Amino acid sequence: MRYSDDHVLSHSQRETQISRFRAWVLFLVPLAAILFQVYVPLFFRFLAYLELPLIVTIYFALMRRSPIGGLLVGAFVGLAQDSLSKNPLGMFGITKTIIGYVAASVGLRLDVDHPFIRLILGFLFFVFHQFIFWALSRGLLDQQVNFETQRTLVLGLLNAIVAVSLFHFLDKLKHRA
Amino acid sequence: METLLSRFRNITVLLLVIFAQLILLAYQVKNDKDVRLIRLAAVTTVTPLARVIESVRGGTFGFLQDYVVLRDRRVENERLRTELGQLKLENQYLKSELSTADRARSLAAFETRTPSKMIAARVIATATGASASSVFVDRGSTSGVQKGMAVVTPDGIVGKVLAAYPTASQVLLVTDPSFAAGVISQKNHTRGVLKGLGHGTCHVDYVQNEEKVETGEGLFTSGDDRVFPKGLPVGRVTSTRPGNTFQDITVEPSGLAGGIEEVLIVLAAVHQQIPELKTSTSPVYLAPSPPAALAEPSGATATGANPPVAAKATLATDADRLREHYKEVGDAQNHKFGEGLPGSKPPDFNLQVKPGSKPAVAPAAPAKTPAVKPQTSGTAPPAAPPPDPKPDDVTVQPVRPPQ
Repeated sequence: MRYSDDHVLSHSQRETQISRFRAWVLFLVPLAAILFQVYVPLFFRFLAYLELPLIVTIYFALMRRSPIGGLLVGAFVGLAQDSLSKNPLGMFGITKTIIGYVAASVGLRLDVDHPFIRLILGFLFFVFHQFIFWALSRGLLDQQVNFETQRTLVLGLLNAIVAVSLFHFLDKLKHRA
Repeated sequence: METLLSRFRNITVLLLVIFAQLILLAYQVKNDKDVRLIRLAAVTTVTPLARVIESVRGGTFGFLQDYVVLRDRRVENERLRTELGQLKLENQYLKSELSTADRARSLAAFETRTPSKMIAARVIATATGASASSVFVDRGSTSGVQKGMAVVTPDGIVGKVLAAYPTASQVLLVTDPSFAAGVISQKNHTRGVLKGLGHGTCHVDYVQNEEKVETGEGLFTSGDDRVFPKGLPVGRVTSTRPGNTFQDITVEPSGLAGGIEEVLIVLAAVHQQIPELKTSTSPVYLAPSPPAALAEPSGATATGANPPVAAKATLATDADRLREHYKEVGDAQNHKFGEGLPGSKPPDFNLQVKPGSKPAVAPAAPAKTPAVKPQTSGTAPPAAPPPDPKPDDVTVQPVRPPQ
């Protein structure tokens, strides 16, 4: 089945269809994502490669369709993530701010409720996130780190699959007026 | 103007937020300072939750084992299997308890036998980021933990405290690329700097190609870094390879082997000695020292006369033997060394004294036959004939000139 451009590009009606969330959801879900990232890998090391804070940032930015809201969520989550890492504050913050802004802008134009679109976006945003972080590490901190393309693509796919499932769960937390 | 701002409001806010974070980043990098307030807020929000979750997990784990699995066995309605399951569960639980007790005892034993003052801590979280090599422990500044303190286990060093917060501390693991510690090899006492590689292993830097480090050799902290007290185990060398200037040495850290749950934070470091490498305990045969007669290179032995073994045994060196010989020569000629004036007649050192002979007490009348014949030409004759010793005591033989 071909997914036509009419479906991919959102209708004007959809642009105004902004998902709303309760305040506790906006606070607790990112907190839970960060908590997951700092606690679960203690027992399952491979889960450290799951970027749940990024997935949550993408979700809220896509769903709220507000660039300012998206970048603020990204900045908040990123700075919290920075605080629990050994990086200087701002590395994840800047990265996720940009991701939040771009995701919200994309959310205004695409039908982000479709699982396939979510999979593609999840993958692209993960790669974009890793690239920005790598560029900042080299450019601002002068760290000699390599961008591992193959590894990033594999992890991007893995995170995208998890993102689709998580988005489905988070859809149930939308505030229905 | 207002229209322009509202039109580009989104991008303006984006640029402002990024700019603010860039300023924040630049402040930290340029001043090498941390914005502690933000980190403190995040850590005090997350780590108590992590601690609660860890407590709940620990509690429910035992409950699930004791109840849920046991209940599953009962559902099977097979009495024997249920009993077996119960015993297995109990055994597993006891092993788990024993393992926990062993770990705790091992930590306590290590804590008591090491002179450094330490405090036990439990790992409650790992840092964010896929390549993160740091963890959080449940001891913070209220427990006396400070930034830069060493974190160890009885098996080896784990890392150092990166930041201390009131309720928790962040520990940089030895595997992190930014970690460094001074190390010294156990066997060859070669010094180097241990650095993390970002994954399970580390490498030792700044070891010259000429220096000797062997595969399998143990590494210990050298204490040079002022973080780790000297003498703590670090790991074993897994491979060595000569490089351009320095060797490429890979090390498997022993402190992280098998994961880390409980650690010790060194509050007051006391240096220790590097333990000596254990060598073979089997005794090594040593042959007895050679007899003095065999050690005598020439002289009396060569002439067929055997010197008294007891007397000669004390003459351990050639200098001793030479001194004894001169003393005998001097005694044979009634000459006392150190008493003659400058220019006075020296004794004839070419005399061959019979071993065991006693010196003459007083010079008698000159012998009919000269005791010492003047040497032939080619050798300097003595200035005057030496005093005549008793004929039966001293055998004086002329010394033949070299042919």
